[in-house]
Amino acid sequence: MIEAVIINGLIIGGVYALLAVGFSLIFGVARIINLAHTAFYMLAAYLIYSFTSSLGLNLVLSVVLSVIAVTIIGVFSYKLVIARVREHETTVLIVTIALTMIIQESVLLGYGGEFRGVPSLISGFTEILGVKVTYQYILTFGIVLILLVGVWALLMKTKLGIAIRSTAQDREVANLMGIDVARTGMITMAIAVALAAIAGALVAPSFMAEPHMWTHPLVMVLAVVVLGGLGSIKGSLLGAFILAFAETLVVFYAPSGAYLKGAVALTIMLVVILIRPEGLFGVTFEEER
Amino acid sequence: MMSLISTYFGRVYKELRGEILVLPSRTIALLFCVALLLIPLITSEPYTLRIFILASIFAIFAASWDLLSGFTGQLNLGHALFFGVAAYTSAILNLNFGLPPWLTIPLGALAAVLAGLVVGVPCLRLRGPYLALATLAFPLILTGIVFTIPSVTGGELGVSGIDRLSGSRQTDYYIAVTVMIILGFVMWKISDSKTGIIFHAIREDEVAVRASGINTTKYKLAAFCLSGLFAGVAGGLYVHFIRIAGPSTLELMLSFQAIIWAVFGGIGTIYGPIVGVFILVPLTEYLRDLPGTTLPEMRMLLIAIIVLLVLLFMPEGLTTRVRDKIEKVCPRCKLRNIATRRACRVCRADLG
Repeated sequence: MIEAVIINGLIIGGVYALLAVGFSLIFGVARIINLAHTAFYMLAAYLIYSFTSSLGLNLVLSVVLSVIAVTIIGVFSYKLVIARVREHETTVLIVTIALTMIIQESVLLGYGGEFRGVPSLISGFTEILGVKVTYQYILTFGIVLILLVGVWALLMKTKLGIAIRSTAQDREVANLMGIDVARTGMITMAIAVALAAIAGALVAPSFMAEPHMWTHPLVMVLAVVVLGGLGSIKGSLLGAFILAFAETLVVFYAPSGAYLKGAVALTIMLVVILIRPEGLFGVTFEEER
Repeated sequence: MMSLISTYFGRVYKELRGEILVLPSRTIALLFCVALLLIPLITSEPYTLRIFILASIFAIFAASWDLLSGFTGQLNLGHALFFGVAAYTSAILNLNFGLPPWLTIPLGALAAVLAGLVVGVPCLRLRGPYLALATLAFPLILTGIVFTIPSVTGGELGVSGIDRLSGSRQTDYYIAVTVMIILGFVMWKISDSKTGIIFHAIREDEVAVRASGINTTKYKLAAFCLSGLFAGVAGGLYVHFIRIAGPSTLELMLSFQAIIWAVFGGIGTIYGPIVGVFILVPLTEYLRDLPGTTLPEMRMLLIAIIVLLVLLFMPEGLTTRVRDKIEKVCPRCKLRNIATRRACRVCRADLG
């Protein structure tokens, strides 16, 4: 049993980490709480379903196409909608909720409310520590690791990464140093949405696509970034795995655990931020005193 | 006796001329209330009345969100908690102990005040986005609990078989609308009082308020409790009208709905959220009759697009934009004046 918890926790944690890192990046750079983040994740899963079953495209090709398409949609919605109301904190919330609703209702109109299966990239399974693990899970975990290392390298080793980090640290000074903050924000949004889309593509074969699949990950991502400290990538990673393991433990051991998994994860988040109000690795921002 | 009545009417007339008719926004508010009270005389169609009853209930709910988040700036993403706690409390008290609605609704609201305390105390240490995301957790945790004890809460199906608000749809209508108008006025008065000014100041600069010797903790907690009280009344009314208390009263989407209505109408105004509800709720129903929008998904899609477009062009909200068009603030005494006036109605300062 404990082996199953570990393996499931790692996979789910990886997916949450991918989502939370993107969410955290765009929060750090543009101070946007993007509630539509997991809607993009859902959209990617549905687009793959469309490309494979309706257009009959090759699976790998449809994954690539859908990630690109979702990224373009994400960048456009940032440029045309979110960036315009960036100054009004509450308006950003509503605008992103409205975007989520638009995506959800479009999905409902286009595909109906049924669960849609997406074929796995690779089929079959193997046994690790006596637990049946599908190759899809191993692939998911591998891609998550590669992407997380990639994001880390991008942030730490490239010029763009320095621009992103400095914009997150202090927007005005970054602007004075000649960084195009608007462009940096857009690129960050593209990276964040692409990460969400890849996460969606990875889980679609294991979890099935349905029009409300964005809610639970959204709640978990919010809990993860708060637990880890808003704007902190390290915190998001750690938070993602803590909450994913908590969730899997509850599902495996507690009676009626499926109902309680969200509640337990959120309670852990609450306890942590009550002790440390800025999260585990919270960054204090200049203008927030 | 006659003179008493005539002085009384004289005073009402004076108040009406001096306080309400001088400002177009207040005149509109008065006309709106009168029109709302006259609707049952024009139509007794249960469906129309139902829409306006629900709109009244949600108007209280959205305005209570505004009292907390719009004024104090303590962004609450889990406002459905208050609604749900009151709904379940009212429903369970009514069903298991046979208490009548006029008792269960206040008791439910009281439970929501306690919920406000429970949320408020831990959240006082948090600020900004941390607070917003922490408040989001509470209704979801409660939903988990509701699902695990189905013997009390009915689980997924909820508690049903609750007493009606009153015998007839018309009476229901008058109860909901009157309560909405009274509570809306009370909330507006609170927001206009000294407490309201402190709430507003906390939003603008909490450190400065604390530096002025005001215990901001106390005021923030008060805002949570007051907001809980009003949202609780809405939850109690809702449950006795719909006659089922289910997990949908705690849903993420209900919390989001309150924010959509409030921001659409204009936050920090109290009347803004009420206007937002009374535009968006009937609009959703009206869209049902248009060709091509028979599917509920299509209607939600249209509503979301409308909200998006309105906010893109007026990010401060509908009523705030319209109010600033038809009224001017006096630069000297900060009172509002109709935009056509040259001089302030009180201090005679030039309005330019």
